[in-house]
Amino acid sequence: MDAVNEIEVRNLNLWYTDNHALRDINLDIKKNKITALIGPSGCGKSTFLRCINRMNDLIDGVRVEGEILLNGNNVYDKNVDVVGLRKKIGQVFQKPNPFPMTIYDNIAYGPRIHGVSSGEIDDLVEESLKAAALWGEVSDRLKIPALELSGGQQQRLCIARALAVKPEVILFDEPCSALDPISTHKIEDLLQELKKQYTIVIVTHNMQQAARVSDYTGFFLLGEMIEYNRTRILFENPQKKETEDYITGRFG
Amino acid sequence: MISSKTTNKIMKGVFWISASLIIIILFLILGYVFSEGITALDYSFITEMPKDNWREGGIYPAIIGTLILVAVALLFAVPLGVLTGVYLVEFRREDKLTQCIRVSVDSLNAVPSIVFGLFGLSLFFYYLRDLTGGPTILSGGLTLGFMILPTIIRTSEVALRSVPLSEKLGSYALGATKLQTISRIIIPSSIPGIITGVILGFGRAAGETAPIIFMVVLNPVLPGFPYLFSQCNALTTQIYYLTSEAVSIERAFGMAFVLISIILISNYFARLINKYMARNIKR
Repeated sequence: MDAVNEIEVRNLNLWYTDNHALRDINLDIKKNKITALIGPSGCGKSTFLRCINRMNDLIDGVRVEGEILLNGNNVYDKNVDVVGLRKKIGQVFQKPNPFPMTIYDNIAYGPRIHGVSSGEIDDLVEESLKAAALWGEVSDRLKIPALELSGGQQQRLCIARALAVKPEVILFDEPCSALDPISTHKIEDLLQELKKQYTIVIVTHNMQQAARVSDYTGFFLLGEMIEYNRTRILFENPQKKETEDYITGRFG
Repeated sequence: MISSKTTNKIMKGVFWISASLIIIILFLILGYVFSEGITALDYSFITEMPKDNWREGGIYPAIIGTLILVAVALLFAVPLGVLTGVYLVEFRREDKLTQCIRVSVDSLNAVPSIVFGLFGLSLFFYYLRDLTGGPTILSGGLTLGFMILPTIIRTSEVALRSVPLSEKLGSYALGATKLQTISRIIIPSSIPGIITGVILGFGRAAGETAPIIFMVVLNPVLPGFPYLFSQCNALTTQIYYLTSEAVSIERAFGMAFVLISIILISNYFARLINKYMARNIKR
């Protein structure tokens, strides 16, 4: 594995109260690559994703052990500023979740809370919408409510919103599961553009999607990471029987 | 044996009659109040000072008094109620304390309004007389504020709770703090619901007699700026006075009509504001 590690996960364990939901996860996430996490429902892949930007902190009864190093710094260090961390690691959710405000205000929300001056925000909004391949569709109606957009447009808006705070990593939690095939295709194309600038981790229950878009793939099962490899190798020549069973559709 | 189709028809009729009844009752009351008070109503009735101990002239000071009392009540109860709602929804898990707060809120709501009147009398009139000045707008407004606080808390809580988790998570994922998420996402999204509480509170504060019966005066008085420490009249207490002392039933109905109109008009404007605020909040 050649590329630089952006994120290194070391012996990560997670409990929901007494339920041991993630067991000894070890993983290197490469800079400017797309890493896909696959596995059956409830295998812990989304839980793992939420560990990276510490969104699990918001859930009662979650306990985490182990390390996640972002450029060498443990995100679970006591003196880590979670606000700064989430600024560096953006997230796009399963269901598009634009705020109930205008398109413009949705994109401006992040920069505003981080104190970007209003003079710079216009440019940032345009830049972010362009990067999310949405500018052409909405440039003349930035002041309409974001919730009037189609589902696929809303999801690209959420991507633009994440880009506007200039993250290093973007986490995608099944970003296409609520979208139609055309919208899905647009998001997948967009991922290829985005990885030039950002490191991307995507959770998907769609194996074809993982095979199409990702450079590396990790297979999760019952809270463990069974196999992690270059996507092509994992799909064409899986090393573990569980992986093979899953990708050939024998279960899951 | 009646067929299920017939039963269906009968039940539908019963539901229809129940639902229609509410409209009939409303219009009966409005119509009756209007027809009884119409002879007293004209422009000078609402714009002029009363003469001859409220037998002649207008009722202007009572209108102004009611409006200022209600404004004080809302200025006190709305911020406090919304903050309490935010605390309940965003800062506490369900536990003994939240249950305790909720039971207290419901109990407060169940306290008869005359008891609020007595309580306000003891607290503001006797104990805090140096601060409130006795029977002043401040005392009356705060007493009304206490009374509508549970309504504001409950409606705010429901509104705040209905903000989808996905929106909050979206905000946190962008690096927003809890305070930013509350002030920029959660409260703005809840404003339509909060306005509903304000409408209910307004109606109740403007319409109650008992809580302020010891706090307002019967002689016509026009409160002067800055209002808080002035004495005032109120529509409800004047209606009570005009009727119980048999001064003029007709003028009492005229005042009742003005009171109902104020409440209905303010409801209408609150709904307009609501619509304007909610134009972006479609879910």
